[in-house]
Amino acid sequence: MRMAQKIPTRMGDGSVAFLTRAEIEADVWAGVEAAVNRAKVPPLGEDEVGHIVDIYASPARFTGVDIGSEVVLSYDGSKIGTFTSRQQDLQMYEQCFAADLVELCHVDYSFKTVKTIVAFEAQTMRDVQLALTVPVQYGAMPNLGLYCQPDGPLPNWAELLPMGKFDEARAAQEEAVEMAAADMIHVGEALAEAGADGIDFDTAGAAGDADFLATLKAAEALRARYPELGIEIGMAGEFVLGMHGGLEYDGVRLAGLWPRDQLRLATRAGAHMFGPAINVDTGKSAAWNVARAITLVKPCMEEATIPVHMNMGMGVGGVPMAAFNPVDAVSRASRACVDILHLDGL
Amino acid sequence: MFAMPVAHGCASGLGGLRAAGDLVARMQMARGMRLGEAKAYVAGRLGVTPFDLSDPVLMNDLRREFGLGHVMTFEMSYPEEPTAIEAKGNIADLLGLEIPSVRLLEGRMHRRARGGG
Repeated sequence: MRMAQKIPTRMGDGSVAFLTRAEIEADVWAGVEAAVNRAKVPPLGEDEVGHIVDIYASPARFTGVDIGSEVVLSYDGSKIGTFTSRQQDLQMYEQCFAADLVELCHVDYSFKTVKTIVAFEAQTMRDVQLALTVPVQYGAMPNLGLYCQPDGPLPNWAELLPMGKFDEARAAQEEAVEMAAADMIHVGEALAEAGADGIDFDTAGAAGDADFLATLKAAEALRARYPELGIEIGMAGEFVLGMHGGLEYDGVRLAGLWPRDQLRLATRAGAHMFGPAINVDTGKSAAWNVARAITLVKPCMEEATIPVHMNMGMGVGGVPMAAFNPVDAVSRASRACVDILHLDGL
Repeated sequence: MFAMPVAHGCASGLGGLRAAGDLVARMQMARGMRLGEAKAYVAGRLGVTPFDLSDPVLMNDLRREFGLGHVMTFEMSYPEEPTAIEAKGNIADLLGLEIPSVRLLEGRMHRRARGGG
């Protein structure tokens, strides 16, 4: 009896795994099922599963979308961070990496900390705008955790909750929402006035529903002032955690939202780009992860009225959680998501 | 570093300044256009088809013709071509967009002629 050929593929941590085509197909179906069970979304069709299997069962080192089907590549944190200045980093992304838009950011990637040096960031934005042709946005994280002790003035809700002090925990988060939104608006305005083409709220919702609410409020305020400013809301994870549990935006409870509902609120707040983020399970294969990610994001694509730029960096969107990501894994995830979801960008 | 921009760029990217990716990106950012609409808009302004927008050979010629900026090529000089901010002025005209950095630059220039200090 002839043994089935083992194909080199990847696990969610980037390590090599040798699987047969049948094993890859089983993983893809299992990834779809995991998404359906978790988020109550429709499953992928057989043709879509078949396409993912074809992509992942190929032993080729590299793969890509069809010519003419390319999408916009937006970047958060487009920096080298080692031997060059920030302006040179952005120029390299423009001149060497073919980035469609780049992002100026500070190494301490939070709006609260950027607020203290916003004049320097605005000056840098002005300077890079003179040197780059591609659009330059400014990005940072809402990072609501910085507003509670020991990093901020408010009581720490993560400590209050285990003590059963729910009202106090909620009150602290509600206060943090207003502080964070004010900081994001302040920084956003300063960078917009310095010539930024856009503001990127990256990893929105990282600290839960209050973090997401602060982001939506800031986006709404900036949109009211700047009708054509690029505003991107990129999520921290696939699901909005209910650290508060009762917060709403425009009458919608934020805790528990999956990508389609996140997109709806980002659109209402005035975002011009939305980035769903689907976390990677490092113990599952790359094929399992990409199938799960596609299944979770597909409902977004069916009703999006703004561009959807799926997060496909390290550890999200089916890209392995590995600092030195293999190009075989990245190119497969890139092609699978663009082909099946018809994304507007990554 | 290597895998993200290079692998994604080769697998699915529009090509940025090598082609017309930055122009399509501008329409998404400023107007919230979805990809098909943004590609059709940019292609219409350039007089090409959406398919052409990722072609670096064709787009390099068009970018130079319209003064839209382009990737600098090793051992060649372009003293007569627009700088980055000048190219963005041409992009703003082509796309019918107000590009913030161009507006700010123009606001800082010719102040005496405009009655300023």
